[in-house]
Amino acid sequence: MPLDNALEPSVSSRVANLFKGIVQTVQDYTLLSVEAVASVFRTPLYVDDALYQMDVIGIGSLPIVLLTGFFIGAVMVLQTAAQFSRFGETALVGDIVAISIVRELGPSITSLLVAGRNASGIASELGSMLVTEQVDAMRAMGTDPVKKLVTPRVMATTLMLPLLTAISDFVGLVGGYLISHFQLRLDPVQYWTRAIHALQFGDLVQGLVKPFFFGFILSSVGCYYGLTVRGGTQGVGRATTQAVVTASVLILISNFFITRMLLFIFP
Amino acid sequence: MNAGLPESPAIALEGVRIAFDEREVLSGVSFSVVHGDTLALLGETGTGKTLLLKMVAGLVRPDAGRVSVLGNELTEMTEAELLDFRRQVGFVFQEGALFDSLTVGDNVAYRLREEGADEDEIDARVDESLRFVELQDAKEKLPGEISGGMRRRVSIARALITRPPIVLYDSPTAGLDPVTSQRIITLILRLRDVYGVTALLATQRIQDAFALANYRFAPERNAVVPLSPNGHPSPRGGAQSPAPAAAGAPRTRFLFLRDGKVYFQGEPDEVSGTKDAYLQRFLV
Repeated sequence: MPLDNALEPSVSSRVANLFKGIVQTVQDYTLLSVEAVASVFRTPLYVDDALYQMDVIGIGSLPIVLLTGFFIGAVMVLQTAAQFSRFGETALVGDIVAISIVRELGPSITSLLVAGRNASGIASELGSMLVTEQVDAMRAMGTDPVKKLVTPRVMATTLMLPLLTAISDFVGLVGGYLISHFQLRLDPVQYWTRAIHALQFGDLVQGLVKPFFFGFILSSVGCYYGLTVRGGTQGVGRATTQAVVTASVLILISNFFITRMLLFIFP
Repeated sequence: MNAGLPESPAIALEGVRIAFDEREVLSGVSFSVVHGDTLALLGETGTGKTLLLKMVAGLVRPDAGRVSVLGNELTEMTEAELLDFRRQVGFVFQEGALFDSLTVGDNVAYRLREEGADEDEIDARVDESLRFVELQDAKEKLPGEISGGMRRRVSIARALITRPPIVLYDSPTAGLDPVTSQRIITLILRLRDVYGVTALLATQRIQDAFALANYRFAPERNAVVPLSPNGHPSPRGGAQSPAPAAAGAPRTRFLFLRDGKVYFQGEPDEVSGTKDAYLQRFLV
């Protein structure tokens, strides 16, 4: 009995602390995000920093986006053709590849890849700056770190991810075409005509609106974990992992809700 | 040196308290520093020396108490107002805190670029600052390519580029060899005696504090000379044998922190002759 009495408050206080921690995290993240967006409309604007980040995040991510986009398109054709051949409808692979890549796979997989590459990169870069007091040094010299470090990264990722997704979609379609042509012996005109005709305006909007949100999520999550590092270099490693996991999970969860909303607008 | 400056303290803290994770780190710290003076903050690791410096720079807000710097009530200012205020304060961080992706020259130029100064002016002032710390040849190097002592000197150059009236030094000689430490102290003396800055020096090395109390930089001789009792350069003097403060001479006072409180505050000669066990730990 005394043991139970001793344990009870500690368990309840642990649960309370856990919830407090979650609420605190959500509050801090929201405040950082709002401040990052508000900083876009306040001077000084660090345009050079934003352009540099566009290069690092956009151009830097291009090789993995091209490579993965190509193979996703190729594997989609292989999988759908294997099923459709049973009904003698392999000609439909163009439709399926186009719709699934443009509406869903392109935005999601590109965002997850960029999250893996850049949410971690942002978190480790800002985290290292924090533990070596560079962020404090910046503040001590009269610079707002949110404006200088967070806003350019969020702006760059939010603008570059839709572009990367568009490129990934195109390369995916090319990958699908090559497999359909060389393995399934489909006529190129038939593949491209079906692929293009299968796509409607709503599909394109859906495919390009999603990465806009995903870009914001992955960059702001990366910045948040980077700027809240605790515990030196070990903390930087932890923050990097947390940033990738949280960004990926949030991307997948928000994907459901954004899709639901967009399906309501473009049924 | 202090002629023309107002008599009100440049830095004043009153009843400052702060706690982290329910542990009170500072519990009611009060002190003031008049223009042109140096206050050496001494204490063991974790006694809140760096925290006090960060409060004076407006980087950390106390849970309670008042922080007034150059007539600004920092506790009542917004973050945007604090960003403007901080341009009047130079901060030399313990490890230098240089931006590792920028060259030494760009690090020193950072503040001027932020203020939108003309590139020709920036170039001239960066050269002047780097000459002051005798690092003009390292301008194009990255912080990773220079030694720890050189990084501290670059940090001093970066802090003085806008000629701030207050400079805060966070353990500037920690982890450095005696020769390099001496070089850093000489720079602090030059900054005080050439530009007349008010300074807070957080340190665990009492010899640094005594060096500031007993020596001055004589620009006419371009050398560090001992302060004689009458405030003039004297050929004699020892690092740990304090000279009495003289009229017109830059004054250095000592403040010891212990368990989040001010344990002792006073003149160097009171410290050197102390029988107090805690203070004597620093004198050994």
